[in-house]
Amino acid sequence: MRAESPGPQHEWLDGAAGPVVRPYTLTGGRVRPPIEGFDLMAVVLAGLAADPAGQPGLQPEHRRLLELARRPVAVADLAADLDLAVGVVRVLLGDLVARGLVAVHRPPTGAYLPDDNILKAVVSGLRAL
Amino acid sequence: MDSVRFDRPAATPRLPLALKILIAGGFGAGKTTLVSALSEVRPLQTEEVLTGAGIGTDDIYGVEEKSTTTVAMDFGRITINDDLQVYLFGTPGQDRFWFLWDELAFGALGAVVLADTRRLADCFPSVDYFEQRGIPFVVGVNCFDDARRFSLEAVRDALDLDPAVPLVLCDARDRQSGKLVLISLVEHVARQRGEPVPVG
Repeated sequence: MRAESPGPQHEWLDGAAGPVVRPYTLTGGRVRPPIEGFDLMAVVLAGLAADPAGQPGLQPEHRRLLELARRPVAVADLAADLDLAVGVVRVLLGDLVARGLVAVHRPPTGAYLPDDNILKAVVSGLRAL
Repeated sequence: MDSVRFDRPAATPRLPLALKILIAGGFGAGKTTLVSALSEVRPLQTEEVLTGAGIGTDDIYGVEEKSTTTVAMDFGRITINDDLQVYLFGTPGQDRFWFLWDELAFGALGAVVLADTRRLADCFPSVDYFEQRGIPFVVGVNCFDDARRFSLEAVRDALDLDPAVPLVLCDARDRQSGKLVLISLVEHVARQRGEPVPVG
């Protein structure tokens, strides 16, 4: 379901009316992705064979996500790039995962801590900024 | 079109490692300024559902009944190299957005708490939060032009900081100064696990 952007004929719509399309309209009202695990730092990668043209029913936002995920990209980056709320992006990504079009790589958690070499690389990288 | 199955490991490029650092502190302490000084900053919106009851995954009619709030966070990325990136997240300053912190803090390398000596108490909640969760943090005393200068010891006493927690003066507008704050955090993280990062 897509909402048309309001045209000038809708003079009752003004700034005070707030956004006409609520964020979750893009997701058909779904507020939880079908799959959990989309941490802000999770890395999304589109499959090599993921061809949006052969996928009926995808929204423009789905296609844009697929384009951006041609290279590994974090969930937070996708939300900022699309200027969409993180929660909305998670639902849309869930759709793409369900279709097998993208893979989500969760960041290491729990006992994981970056090792000494990584911390050294961060310090020298920061110094070189 | 390539017929390689995308889930074959050989077809997956090496994934960059992304480290997360939180920039916390009271409202107006310079969080946005610091993130902007260090990286290209972009707003990140979160549209959070505030009520947990009655959430159906496919129920479009329920949307109007759900209470959501949009919170914009500052979000920046520093590329160390092709394989390593540091993400900076400015934490939402208002108390009513504390529920967002847990997700932000999950898996974070550590945090910078910015303190404004004119309103030192504003950073107490941030200090408490990271202390309670055992998340390594440093305190950056943002030197505002019109603020009285206090000695670091006076600020440390006022914050009742653990002696191991680094306390540094900084100018959140200045990239070099901001870099030093982040470096002190990473060195602190390394020290905490007994693997000091050699200076230089």
